Amino acid sequence: MLYHLNFGLIWKNIGKLEWGLLLSLELAVVAIAIGVVIGLGLALIYEQSSRPVRALVSLYVEFIRNVPLLLLVYLVFYGIPTVVDIRYDGVTSFLATLSLYAGAYLVEIFRAGLAAVPRGLTDAGRAIGLTPLQGFIHVRLPTMFRVILPSLSNTFVSLFKDTSVASVLAVPELTYGAQWINFNTFRIVEVYAVVTPMYLIAGYGILGALRLLERRFAVS
Amino acid sequence: MPGNPDTTGLPVVSIRGLEKSFGALAVLRGIDLDVARGDVVSIIGSSGSGKTTLLRCINALETYDNGSIQLDGVEVQFRNDEAGRRQRRNEWELARLRAETGMVFQLFYLFPHLTALQNVMLGLRKVRKMEVAEAKSVATDWLSRVGLADKAGSLPSQLSGGQQQRVGIARAAAMGPKVLLLDEITSALDPELVGEVLAVVRKLADDGMTMLMVTHEMAFAREASSRIIFIDAGRVAVEGAPGEVFREQANDRLRSFLARVSHL
Ligand SMILES: Nc1ncnc2c1ncn2[C@@H]1O[C@H](COP(=O)(O)OP(=O)(O)OP(=O)(O)O)[C@@H](O)[C@H]1O
Ligand SMILES: [Mg+2]
Repeated sequence: MLYHLNFGLIWKNIGKLEWGLLLSLELAVVAIAIGVVIGLGLALIYEQSSRPVRALVSLYVEFIRNVPLLLLVYLVFYGIPTVVDIRYDGVTSFLATLSLYAGAYLVEIFRAGLAAVPRGLTDAGRAIGLTPLQGFIHVRLPTMFRVILPSLSNTFVSLFKDTSVASVLAVPELTYGAQWINFNTFRIVEVYAVVTPMYLIAGYGILGALRLLERRFAVS
Repeated sequence: MPGNPDTTGLPVVSIRGLEKSFGALAVLRGIDLDVARGDVVSIIGSSGSGKTTLLRCINALETYDNGSIQLDGVEVQFRNDEAGRRQRRNEWELARLRAETGMVFQLFYLFPHLTALQNVMLGLRKVRKMEVAEAKSVATDWLSRVGLADKAGSLPSQLSGGQQQRVGIARAAAMGPKVLLLDEITSALDPELVGEVLAVVRKLADDGMTMLMVTHEMAFAREASSRIIFIDAGRVAVEGAPGEVFREQANDRLRSFLARVSHL
């Protein structure tokens, strides 16, 4: 039997996809923002700390990195409320999970970045009288940034794609929107023919924005 | 230098019994050294004798174990608490004191993300708290003093080694330090670039900048310094005017050191 392409039902429901994409982007931005705070904070703590604290940070990183995201999402949404008296909706739960997930990957990136800043450069900042915080903001952070921007870009795009996992909690992001249309119209080919380029274009948009940043910071 | 009150005849830098070990390795074993205002003191000594360590102790990039380092009569790294116990100053106090000593590094270490002008401006803005316009004019002035007025907008990666090092000097000198510490600032340069950097140092010396420099450029040390000290076995082994030190035959170690470097 021939399958007749019919995009009409997709366009009728395109709002679901538009709002879905917007929510996906929002989820990614918030998770990345929190993840950056966690990642940078833990990278600094790791650098300044003794063995036991370092071991704790490594434990967090290793745990998150070795458990599938889908499992983590279930763990936080279904698992934690059965143990602790806490209630949250899909969006909050997913955001918490993705932020922790992002944090674990970003710790590693920031740690490598901080280690790549030559000691002499930090000393040069101290030598002109910068305080530790000033030295961090004006010397280490920008120097590190140039080194890590490529891996940062990759991670940010991955995190954006990972927002699709939120569909399992019925969070109405882009993939969920696609599933909804699929379920209600049975136009399976058409819906994914529209959604895939949406992910692609948004992903490239993120990469492009970071490339611009990269060019500003990168020095050949 | 402007902003340096002439506090009578007190030395700018006064070091007594300075001792410093890295683990079991005793690097400095009782250094005594005074640097008067306007003095240009060259430090010579074989590799590993602790010359860099000495400079790093003076501007508190390195801590020391015993003895004292005073800058205009103020103990640089330590202070006595209420009970009279010796305490290392906290990082913020140290930062303030470090701003009073300038340091120029062998490998330049310019901030790679900032232009030449911004490299010089950073300390003026963040440490000296100057307004942008003032910092810019002071920094521009220093860049022209080191002959780089036309490179203000260049990034370090766009400059030659000699130019980078001159920016390094401007960055340190613009802060108006009480003493400028120079650590083998030409030894990473191609031979043809050494002259332009030494010319800048020479000019600073003529303008009265107090300087303490580690150098392997014996000819320059001889010609530009008011005093030379030879460090050996963690102590100041020989000290004097360039003429005397290079004529000195009493110290075997100095003699063999000079014989070695003259073959470089
Ligand atoms: N952070 C450190 N940890 C351990 N040992 C160190 C450290 N810094 C320096 N040393 C050791 O202290 C000794 C003196 O080093 P320093 O760099 O001061 O010598 P130097 O006179 O400047 O030598 P060079 O002429 O090669 O620059 C060397 O043996 C060096 O290996
Ligand atoms: Mg040295």
